[in-house]
Amino acid sequence: MDGADGREVVIEARGIVKRFGAVTAVGGISLEIRAGRVTAILGPSGSGKSTLLRCLNFLEVPDAGEVVFRGQVVRARDRELDALRSRVGMVFQQFNLFPHLRVLENVALGPRVILGKSADEARALARGLLARVGLSDKADAHPSQLSGGQQQRAAIARALAMEPAVLLFDEPTSSLDPELTGEVLDVMRALARDGMTMAVVTHEVAFARAVAHEVLFMDAGQVVERGPPEKVIDAPSGERAIRFFSRPATP
Amino acid sequence: MIGPDGRLSPGNVGRLSRAPWWLLALGLAGAVFAWRAATSEVYSEILSRILSGLWVTLTVTAVAFPLAVALGLATALGLVSPHPVRRNIATLYVQVARGVPVLVQIFIVAFVLVPLGVQGIHWIGGEAVAGLRDSDVPMGARVVAALVCAYGAFEAETVRGGLTSLARGQAEAARALGLTQRQALRHVLLPQAFRRILPMLGNDLISLLKDSSLVSVLGVRDITQEARLYASANFRYTESLAMLTFFYLALTLLLALGVKGLEQRYRRHAA
Repeated sequence: MDGADGREVVIEARGIVKRFGAVTAVGGISLEIRAGRVTAILGPSGSGKSTLLRCLNFLEVPDAGEVVFRGQVVRARDRELDALRSRVGMVFQQFNLFPHLRVLENVALGPRVILGKSADEARALARGLLARVGLSDKADAHPSQLSGGQQQRAAIARALAMEPAVLLFDEPTSSLDPELTGEVLDVMRALARDGMTMAVVTHEVAFARAVAHEVLFMDAGQVVERGPPEKVIDAPSGERAIRFFSRPATP
Repeated sequence: MIGPDGRLSPGNVGRLSRAPWWLLALGLAGAVFAWRAATSEVYSEILSRILSGLWVTLTVTAVAFPLAVALGLATALGLVSPHPVRRNIATLYVQVARGVPVLVQIFIVAFVLVPLGVQGIHWIGGEAVAGLRDSDVPMGARVVAALVCAYGAFEAETVRGGLTSLARGQAEAARALGLTQRQALRHVLLPQAFRRILPMLGNDLISLLKDSSLVSVLGVRDITQEARLYASANFRYTESLAMLTFFYLALTLLLALGVKGLEQRYRRHAA
């Protein structure tokens, strides 16, 4: 299925609903993420942004609605989910590197175990990706020996190793100090420039304004504004978004 | 107690107070035993009797422990399974095996389950296996089976504890990468759980080594049985039991040191 601008829709959500007990975290949201585009999802804490993102690869199983990957509706069955997830990369707020494996093996694990590449092939691929995120010299280190920013860059390399059709970022810089945030955002900017398809849940308004093609602003489980950043961030129409974006700019 | 720096064990203390004095004390006791064994006829005889049972003690432990861990691993996967049938079977086994004394389990396996099993084989196999008798199943094997059954329950709880102690993000990251459930366990979760439960596994191994002495109730001649036979035949209880105690301590301490070494190897990156 092609979107309005002729770009393929890589992943699509249709009427996603997710409840936790009495709380409706995501109240019926649809969105399309197109090839080569960066979609930023902004909004106050607790507005359901992360839950929405996690519904896209079924880390949260939606209570209603559909996820469509490249035109195919994904059913919540083990085999189909494994196939979907091997094509949809995810980067977490807490990095979640595998602490028992060296950085190189963290990156090489997916290609070796899931894609069936030989150990040498997977390592060569991993070395290339570590170079791309500026971590060539940390290949033999363990995750615990890395700074937060380095860990997150390694996690990005781990996700890239599966050659994903789309990368999901779940608040990738929220547990980093400003200096380390910069180095991670630099890597993400470079990915966007190279045409990577990305959906980014973030609090980094400046990053979203500079990099995103489309911005979704969420509040209380609903998308209340959507459009290009110059509209949603610089000239929002709703009261909640106006209040959110008028706070002092973050560096 | 907890030091002013918040550490459980003394962090920054002098060499002298950190030295393992307890090990020195035991070493001295060992030296006394060695000297007695070399000079006293009674002790050297007890020593040779116990040495003849050492093989049994070591094999029972070395065979039963890996099997118990394997059974425990399989059971633990049942305990954490979302599948209600698997979970209930695993829980039932753990509760039963943990709730019945090891000694009673040995009697049950040796005198109830083995004869039942032999009868069953006769029933299924007919003439072809008519020659099979209860006595063809060695007592040592019956004890090993019972120990595996009893310890499998403890290992299951240990492995389950290790798995549930891992941060949820680890399983999420593994599955989000596209690893299947099995691959996530094999490459991400179990290796980390194993590093965490190493001290508990060490405890269980030591405990199993001690419980291998229960083979003596079936007349299997391990070091306990040898010491007991010698003691009652020669009225040398003090000497026999002292030497036996020394052997168990030497073995358990060696195991403890081995486990500690492994722990230190893994500690740096266990996170």
